[in-house]
Amino acid sequence: METNLVICGSGGQGVLLSGTVLCHAGLKEGKNVTWLPSYGAEKRGGLSYCCVVLSDKNIASPVIGKAEVIIALDNVGFDNYENSLSENGLLILNSSLIKRETKRKDAKVCKFPITELAKELGNIRIANMLALGIYVGKTKAVKLRSIIAALDNVASEKYKELVAINKKAMEKGFQLGNSR
Amino acid sequence: MPKIVNKKILVSGNEAIAEAAIIAGCRFYAGYPITPQNQIPEYMSWRMPEAGGVFIQAESELAAINMVFGASLTGTRAMTSSSSPGISLKLEGISYMAGCELPGVIVNMQRGGPGLGNIQGSQADYFQAVKGGGHGDYKMPVFAPSTIPEAIEHVMDAFDLADIYRSPVMILSDGILGQMMEAVEFLEYKPKNKLPKKDWILNGAKDREPRSIYSLMMQSPTMLEKHNWKLAEKYKKMEIEVRYETYLADDAEILVCAYGIMGRICKGAVDLARNAGIKAGLFRPVTVWPFASAVASKLGKKAKKVLVVELNLGQMVEDIRLAVEDNKKISFYGRPGGAVATKEEIFEKIKETAK
Repeated sequence: METNLVICGSGGQGVLLSGTVLCHAGLKEGKNVTWLPSYGAEKRGGLSYCCVVLSDKNIASPVIGKAEVIIALDNVGFDNYENSLSENGLLILNSSLIKRETKRKDAKVCKFPITELAKELGNIRIANMLALGIYVGKTKAVKLRSIIAALDNVASEKYKELVAINKKAMEKGFQLGNSR
Repeated sequence: MPKIVNKKILVSGNEAIAEAAIIAGCRFYAGYPITPQNQIPEYMSWRMPEAGGVFIQAESELAAINMVFGASLTGTRAMTSSSSPGISLKLEGISYMAGCELPGVIVNMQRGGPGLGNIQGSQADYFQAVKGGGHGDYKMPVFAPSTIPEAIEHVMDAFDLADIYRSPVMILSDGILGQMMEAVEFLEYKPKNKLPKKDWILNGAKDREPRSIYSLMMQSPTMLEKHNWKLAEKYKKMEIEVRYETYLADDAEILVCAYGIMGRICKGAVDLARNAGIKAGLFRPVTVWPFASAVASKLGKKAKKVLVVELNLGQMVEDIRLAVEDNKKISFYGRPGGAVATKEEIFEKIKETAK
């Protein structure tokens, strides 16, 4: 089984980090993983995206032509990547920042006010992990406990105290994704 | 951070290459920053001193390659890395190293060109890497890794080949492989061949005759020609180092030829084609010099059509044409300027070719 995901948004939203966490989680489950980031000249802002492929077999292409799932955290990402969704693919949209409907009639759409939910949980910056939780709840691509465990791989000593709130965001996201 | 661990870890291509060099005993690195390979010098800046070696952020690419030249003369395993525009600047030094028969590893994480181009991955420097690049009729082994585990193996082998043949060796990769991450396992470094004693290094002439290594040869009119014939013999010997991979190529009617990052993406395209009932196969040169011409020739002549895919306007396709000879059956698909082709896109090309 191979599955792929594009996470997109603007620089600063934690797009690349959430993809990295997913890869660590896949690795913990013994899967093959690839992570391909966009990299621009900007220090902050601008389009940011990453391609994640999870597979039981060797992964040929880290580049995604047709994404099975797209998580769009804002319009910048959404406008750029809407077209690369595969037929009947899944769109996870942050309706706090994306106000328009999708042009893709075939898409399965899962909308949540991710930014507002993150604020309610106490930190706007955990929107990325909330979105990742929704993805895992919805697709079961990896286990919830794997992404939570993966937080330890990416949180440096300096930010260890932030693991708890990120975990909370993942759990909340998972619950939302799982219920739809 | 990496170091030798016996478990799979997630690491970027750039960091993997840097760590592989350290494991292979590289103890001198000089470089000048350029995207998309900056993680190599960044990693080396803390890791090299930790390993007891020397890291220098040089004042320019030209300075960096000449520092590698100097370090190599002392017998130290030395490396530099850059991306396309920076490699252009290093070519003079690479040619001097070839002339002086100095080992060294040069990593090119290719980006879009010409000129300053952009910072996206590309394969536009194939000609530069395999057809000389610098002046003066030299050759050097060039590895084109397709995955990060393969890049690790290539870096370790590159240091060995450099010492065995006393030659610069290039890792011709691209920004995509440099920036992406996948799971790797760093294994212990064991040379695959016996390494020669470095009896030519300049380490002070106390208790021995002085040695001299020079690239300016005006002493006698025939001296340089003789030196070139000697090098030619060496280049001939290097041909046994040729490496390639084939995938479902034995019964392939459509032979796809691609290397480096496109090699693995085309593997995905071949799978899509096979699932659709098209007999496609892949020929992937692993060293792009020496080039597996005999294999390309055999497979290409057997196939009905040959499709060459590169992230440029058509460079390796010339080597495929020379090998396969039957130009009518060869077609080319390229994406220049830092663009990348997806496996779905190549699958469409395979379908067109199969018609």
